[in-house]
Amino acid sequence: MERVLALGQDMALLWTRYAPLYLSGVVNTLLLAVTATVLGCLIGLACGLLNTIPIHPQDRLPRRVLLRLLRAVIRIYVEVFRGTPMVLQAVFLYYGLPYFTNNAMRFDNVWAAALLVVSINTGAYMAESVRGGILSVDPGQTEGAKAIGMSHVQTMVNVILPQALRNIMPQIGNNFIINVKDTSVMFIIGFTEFFAAHRYITGVNPMYFPSAAIEMLGYLCMTLAASALLRLAERRMDGESSYELVQADALTMTAGTYRRRPRPQDEGGALT
Amino acid sequence: MTLEPILEVCHLSKSFGTHQVLRDVNFTVHPGDVTSILGSSGSGKSTLLRCINLLERPNQGEIRFHGRSITGRGTDASAYRTRVGMVFQSFNLFSNMNVLENCMAGPVKVLRRSREEARARALRYLEQVGMAPYINARPRQLSGGQKQRVAIARALAMEPEVLLFDEPTSALDPEMVGEVLAVMRALAASGMTMLVVTHEMAFARDVSSQVVFMADGRICESGAPDAFFSSPSQPRTREFLARFMAQ
Repeated sequence: MERVLALGQDMALLWTRYAPLYLSGVVNTLLLAVTATVLGCLIGLACGLLNTIPIHPQDRLPRRVLLRLLRAVIRIYVEVFRGTPMVLQAVFLYYGLPYFTNNAMRFDNVWAAALLVVSINTGAYMAESVRGGILSVDPGQTEGAKAIGMSHVQTMVNVILPQALRNIMPQIGNNFIINVKDTSVMFIIGFTEFFAAHRYITGVNPMYFPSAAIEMLGYLCMTLAASALLRLAERRMDGESSYELVQADALTMTAGTYRRRPRPQDEGGALT
Repeated sequence: MTLEPILEVCHLSKSFGTHQVLRDVNFTVHPGDVTSILGSSGSGKSTLLRCINLLERPNQGEIRFHGRSITGRGTDASAYRTRVGMVFQSFNLFSNMNVLENCMAGPVKVLRRSREEARARALRYLEQVGMAPYINARPRQLSGGQKQRVAIARALAMEPEVLLFDEPTSALDPEMVGEVLAVMRALAASGMTMLVVTHEMAFARDVSSQVVFMADGRICESGAPDAFFSSPSQPRTREFLARFMAQ
């Protein structure tokens, strides 16, 4: 009990002295996680889209070859970046690039390097999620869209992607939360995020565990807030559970509008 | 004066792998015709309809629309489908849109009409199928019969020359079949060219102008509904009809 009390006091002490440092770390962590998740989602979306262009046997040969090649390239990208640790990717990109090119190419900006590594990583994970999301949409939706004359791109943009995106929202949330935590490995290239603040502070004073406890709480607050926001976003995407009848003909018996209660089977029991 | 045929199916064959689903199918549809395609499950009637909408590519033979082949290479399938609409057994309404948006998507995105015009058009056809009060509902909130009526309005909003119906009432409860059939009867009476794959014998007998009976991927018998139902010539047809009348 005394230990816990002492820990609390030390944490308070650290916070009063280093709050700006911790907070700027939080800001950097969140900025990096948000932008990298957004960019990663875009990369994943592009990969997932290119991956699901149907290849028909009656297509012309160059088109078939091109599509197969594209799938192979995306596959290699996904396997390599999903299959190696992000720390090492950062090391290779930030320190390896000048080393292998005799300083002809290097990153002058830590931000750019960190953003690139995290985005590409997220993209590799999201590519598979998006592919799964697209495949999970009922094929009948594609047929319905084709039957009114939509092209592949129109079908994707108007019908499939909005539904696929809704289906992969939990995965996007997962990736975002992973990014909030895993950007901590970017200290290796000198990126000053939340965890780097901890390393700096414990370097200049001996209060290691109080600082680690602050980090724990900080990360938990960030991820909890992210979870709550994502759930809100999901609920907004689902739309209203009831709808209003529009009485176009004023002479019909059921005058006015009313709200219809949702039946249990409408929701599939999955919501709220 | 006889009208030019709108659709001609010539020597059509289709196989999935080694399984041959359609064998040398031939028939002609004239403007205003209501063609009922009958047959037991697995006889190839749905595949035939899907070939006509180019959702499946036939292996052999040809389909002509207004005398021009649509099965060769270089046909713009999307442009063709704007003129030949399709209604599915499982409705296939866009679940990310409400009823009105479902019916506006085609006119706005494909035909590039203004939103006002598309809205007016969608409302007109939703009114026709009795679904105008439900424009704000999402597909998941509607009953099967209501969904199918919206799906018909969505197809009509493209103002197609031909409408294909792939077992439009097979996924519905018996009490919902009536409302959909009523809409289809009214459509037929308005002169719409329709091809209907169905198990509704009364509809086929009363509404269609020609009946096509399929068995094992071939057209076994076809003709005017009166003759078809009162004096079928093929034993397969008699057997099929006897089974249905017994129900």
